[in-house]
Amino acid sequence: MDDLIADFVAESREMLEALGGEIVAWEANPDDRPRLDSIFRFVHTVKGNCGFFDFPRLEALSHAAEDALADVRAGRRHPDGPLVSAVLVIIDRIGEMIAAIEAGVDFPEGDDSALIDALEPGAEGAAAPVVTAVAEHARGAPPRTIRLSVELLDRVMSTVSDMVLARNELARRLRETPTDVSVDGAFERLSAIIAEMRDAITRTRMQRIENLFVALPRMVRDLSAELGRQVLVDIEGGDVELDREMIEMIRDPLTHIIRNAVDHGIETPAERLKAGKREIGILSVSARQSGNQILIDIQDDGRGIDGNKLVEKAVAAGLVEKKEAGKLAPREQLALIFEAGLSTAKEVTAISGRGVGMDVVRSNIERIGGIVEVDSTPGEGTRMTLRVPLTLTIIPALTVSIAGQHFAIPRSAIVEIVRTNGGSVTLDSLGGAGVATIRGSRVPEVALADILGLESAVAREDRNLVVLRPAGGDVYALGVDKIHDHEELVVKPAAPQVMATGLYAGTTLADDGSPILLFDPAGLAEVGGVKLEAQDRTARVAEGPEAAAPKAVSVLLFRGLDGARRALRLAVVDRIEEVPVKAIKPGAGQLRVQLGEAILPLAGVNDELGKEKVRVFRLNDGTHEIGYAFREVIDLSAIENEIIPAENPAEISGVTLIAGEPAEIVDAHWLFAHHLGSAASATTDRPICHLPSGDPWMQNMLRPIVEAVGYRVVGDDHDAQADLVITSEPRKAGKAARTIVLRSEPDPTGKGDESIYRYDRAGLLMALKSAGGKSR
Amino acid sequence: MNELLLIVTIAGQRVALPAAAVESVVELDTLIPVPRAAPHVAGLSALRSRVLTVIDCMRSLELGTSDTSDGIREAAVVELDGHHYALIVDIVEDVVEAVGDLSPVRAAMGDGWERVSKGMVESEVGPLLLVDVEALVSGVETRAA
Repeated sequence: MDDLIADFVAESREMLEALGGEIVAWEANPDDRPRLDSIFRFVHTVKGNCGFFDFPRLEALSHAAEDALADVRAGRRHPDGPLVSAVLVIIDRIGEMIAAIEAGVDFPEGDDSALIDALEPGAEGAAAPVVTAVAEHARGAPPRTIRLSVELLDRVMSTVSDMVLARNELARRLRETPTDVSVDGAFERLSAIIAEMRDAITRTRMQRIENLFVALPRMVRDLSAELGRQVLVDIEGGDVELDREMIEMIRDPLTHIIRNAVDHGIETPAERLKAGKREIGILSVSARQSGNQILIDIQDDGRGIDGNKLVEKAVAAGLVEKKEAGKLAPREQLALIFEAGLSTAKEVTAISGRGVGMDVVRSNIERIGGIVEVDSTPGEGTRMTLRVPLTLTIIPALTVSIAGQHFAIPRSAIVEIVRTNGGSVTLDSLGGAGVATIRGSRVPEVALADILGLESAVAREDRNLVVLRPAGGDVYALGVDKIHDHEELVVKPAAPQVMATGLYAGTTLADDGSPILLFDPAGLAEVGGVKLEAQDRTARVAEGPEAAAPKAVSVLLFRGLDGARRALRLAVVDRIEEVPVKAIKPGAGQLRVQLGEAILPLAGVNDELGKEKVRVFRLNDGTHEIGYAFREVIDLSAIENEIIPAENPAEISGVTLIAGEPAEIVDAHWLFAHHLGSAASATTDRPICHLPSGDPWMQNMLRPIVEAVGYRVVGDDHDAQADLVITSEPRKAGKAARTIVLRSEPDPTGKGDESIYRYDRAGLLMALKSAGGKSR
Repeated sequence: MNELLLIVTIAGQRVALPAAAVESVVELDTLIPVPRAAPHVAGLSALRSRVLTVIDCMRSLELGTSDTSDGIREAAVVELDGHHYALIVDIVEDVVEAVGDLSPVRAAMGDGWERVSKGMVESEVGPLLLVDVEALVSGVETRAA
């Protein structure tokens, strides 16, 4: 019997969860038959199951709801607001009862007749708030599934992780002893199977983020009803998959951000009308995958965040020094909302604004290795972006060592690795504290050995600096003895006694089976005494005069894919990345490489790419980036000898002797000119088009067209001269090279009316193109 | 109560661990230190691709430090809250059956022992102190907090 009840509870819960979005969608459109059917199916199933068990109250409720919905289905009744609300209340009550059954507690005694009466036609119900939801339509037939306990999956996952480690160890033993070719072959096969299995099992832990999103329309509906807002929820990307644990971890932060958006972001309908917006605010939530990260955007078109007000608050709360406050960049101003104890809400409401909020959101997201970003334009809205890793368990890391002991640092936090004895870094000591100057910016420097209390045999000047940016924090440099390898590590939580140090994020096993500790970069900084928050705001260092001193040009000596010895000026090399071959694809006329989120033109491919991984220099001219594929780095060096120039300008500008051997000098200027081509001009010299910020039609319908033609669109707060102004009010046409006036009526009002009908696409495009031509 | 007891020697004292809590008895060979961890955390070790947090029982009891210089140490592996710990002991002796119930120790024990004591238990080899594994693992810090 217990098993049956458990099944009943599980089934009901599943249906309830799936129903969350349906109900609100049904309310928005009561004639939506498929939605009505699925709600009917739910109460019907619950009623049917209750007959089997002894849950009289549950049965009465579901029965009443079923009757009412049956009437609607048969067309005897129209689903009006009160009915919808009454059904919602009943479904909520059913949910509560099921939760009580699941927890094995008795549901508090009570009378449900009020709820049932509310279903009667003409009954006084709570006025339904106007909320509409746009959910994804047309769900296909559900795939065949079985229900499994999560514990079992976890056990399988950990066994597979163990298997991978056992394989690694076996691989090492095999390398050490001479073996038969046939043994090697069999081992290779085993390896491949294990890899595939690990892949599959990792996927079993993945869940569609939809599970998190289904509850949102209902939540927004309830919130907006309570707060007197009108909100349209737009959800996208529900099919993005994410580790089950991650979904749980981002549930609260996401909820909080959405509450904030509805409470503080979106204005009341009256305020919105006054501001020239539609009464109904739009809240869009979208998820997408980018590399091994998931990006979740929460965007509203509300009043936005006033950076100056935030700063005032922060100064008043003593979070920021007054004289510092003036120097904050807009982004830094906005980032203040993540400070503890700061809330911009004028009054504290039950929903949000208690000043505990965004700081908790940030720390929760950071705990799982993610980042929260905020972007806002006053009057236009706010966008919050959560970036979280795909899974918690396998993370790419860099292994380093200190005093002979190995440690791992999560790759996501590493900005770059620099050598202390290279010319680009100087180390200073200020009152005992280390400061490294890397390419003109000062970064606090701490020695890992000091943090850990270990003796390091390597002098400070000979250490490698790992420049770290803890999630959301500011950079600092960590001096380590030796840098080893990039590895994908299966990370497991460490025991509380180890976590208590605040230094570590978990443990993992090396290939040889010995444990390695994984650092928590933020914890390291804290224990190391690095003041993270203060650093970013104060360290606005101008390029020191010493930067101009060195005469010899530093170059990076490397071997190209074709094996040729080449050199590239160090200044243009941003960093070195290793990418899988499949990240390199031809696109838009040339080879391109995907590096994280950016797709860059790729140069240097003059031979086979190899099998799996390709190393790529990331070159930067200050504005643009391109990639340059190569085989290996030989050394850092300097050009001291004469350069024999090439005859024609091409990829190689000349040859010279470096370290006694000839090397070809790669012409970075030519690379950028050649590979960037039109892209370079497109981003910088795009003509500016001004669109009124407050006009949703302009922003939503027109803007994409204008941008497609090649304009950079600016809003009202843009002071600079625009090349083109598009407006619907002829009188406002101001300081611009050209103005296009749009009218909403198809026919011109008079002879002198040069305006264009807003849906005259051909005319509009013509006008846009001719305007662009003149302004260039 | 006929609980099985694992008799081990810690700091020269024979004490009993509840055998049900002990997963296995192992010999540790590698020991990776955990810098900045509480003193009784001797380090990390691995057992069949599982990470063990190694606890030095002598330090946990504030009775000195186990001699870990000779390489191989005997340890009892226990699981607490999903984490595996290896408790370094001097010697693992035997498993015996407890006779009779737990009774309080009325004589004065050393500070460290007082903290980890669950009481006295009779066995066929005489009275033994039953040690609270959890207290042993959490070490001195719980008292400091």
